[in-house]
Amino acid sequence: MAVVVVDYGAGNLKSAAKALMEAAKGTGVEVAVTADPAAVARADRIVLPGVGAFADCKAGLEAHAGLIEALNEAVLAKQRPFLGICVGMQLMATLGIEYGEHKGLDWIEGKVVRLTPNDPTLKIPQIGWNNLSPSTHPVLRGLPQDADAYFVHSYHFVAARDADVLSRIDYGGPVVAAVGRDNLIGVQFHPEKSQAVGLRLLADFLKWQPS
Amino acid sequence: MRIIPCLDVKGGRVVKGVNFVNLVDAGDPVEQARLYDRAGADELCFLDITASSDNRDTLYDVVQRTAEACFMPLTVGGGVRKIEDIRRLLLSGADKVSINTAAVKDPDFVKQAAQKFGDQCIVVSIDAKETAPGRFEIFTHGGREPTGIDAVGFAKRMAENGAGELLVTSMDRDGTRAGYNLALTRAIADAVTVPVIASGGVGTLDHLVEGIRDGHATAVLAASIFHFGTYTIAEAKAHMAGAGLPMRLLH
Repeated sequence: MAVVVVDYGAGNLKSAAKALMEAAKGTGVEVAVTADPAAVARADRIVLPGVGAFADCKAGLEAHAGLIEALNEAVLAKQRPFLGICVGMQLMATLGIEYGEHKGLDWIEGKVVRLTPNDPTLKIPQIGWNNLSPSTHPVLRGLPQDADAYFVHSYHFVAARDADVLSRIDYGGPVVAAVGRDNLIGVQFHPEKSQAVGLRLLADFLKWQPS
Repeated sequence: MRIIPCLDVKGGRVVKGVNFVNLVDAGDPVEQARLYDRAGADELCFLDITASSDNRDTLYDVVQRTAEACFMPLTVGGGVRKIEDIRRLLLSGADKVSINTAAVKDPDFVKQAAQKFGDQCIVVSIDAKETAPGRFEIFTHGGREPTGIDAVGFAKRMAENGAGELLVTSMDRDGTRAGYNLALTRAIADAVTVPVIASGGVGTLDHLVEGIRDGHATAVLAASIFHFGTYTIAEAKAHMAGAGLPMRLLH
């Protein structure tokens, strides 16, 4: 099985690839880092990492001719399992509102907006560990109860449909930690930085057979 | 709330390290990082105290090997002067880079760095001394050089320039084990919206609690209390959780 980590010049993709390799140890899964649209289109599984600003990351994807089309082909047409991480998750939304309004991939209906915790002492960005609400999703249900994951973000995903929200955290009110539908899942936190919890999630993503 | 052990690294070797048994190489930062990873540290910090800049390749190698072995957030600081230094550290596997003297010399450097790499990976490290009651001044060169710059004003400016986090070290407390300078930590934490990491002077587990409860920091950095085995990360977390702070406990 070939997993591709999409390389569009977004920060920490090496960490994501390293963690996937660790999670894939002994399974025969091959992890490749690539921006080649052909490789993305024929991949068995796709991971889209991302740090920084929404618009920068979107522009990074657009800068590679044919990459967005290849993602759409693999994810929408061929229904390959897809994992978005942090801004990679946010890009799944319809719109990102950060330094202006920018179109996302529009796979999960929703908007990415600035965090507005109702507790004024809470810091932005949220940097640190937070408690995931439990989920029955195959990629999340193997995590320990009250699993903590590592977050670094100033913006968050506001999903149009409740059914697309898989897990939440509390950060001065509920904040979406994971979204998904069908063969798509996106997490706001960084599994590649979440120690054992993150490696378990990645291992379960590699095993996931969306029905 | 986060606990961040900090390792001083010189020429690719840990200077003040953990005295754990069963270490293949106690001076190897990667071995130490693994231990802290297993112990449940929330993040890890490497401070490169190599005096000359010609030995940077050793640091990149250490960062790379650490990032391959530990799946936790890693901040690297010390001697970061140019955009290229940041790029190389991030490419080696650092998640955040901390900037100290270069930010004092040229505040726009932080702006450039944040625009290029994103706020989330730029930490500005502020070393300050209380020069008069309630007056905090930035010092450079390990606390030897006064700058005349007010630490709170500087902190605000750094946050505006795109620092995603501030690491606030009270130089007059560093190494004293007398506790953080809470007035300094709180003055800065209350003046900015970004997270503040308290540093300098930890001697007891209560000091960690105070850094958050009274200093309004959201993370505490400590070196010697962990390295010399005075306390374990688990003890520190249990103590902080017992004081009512939200901590991540290991499952």
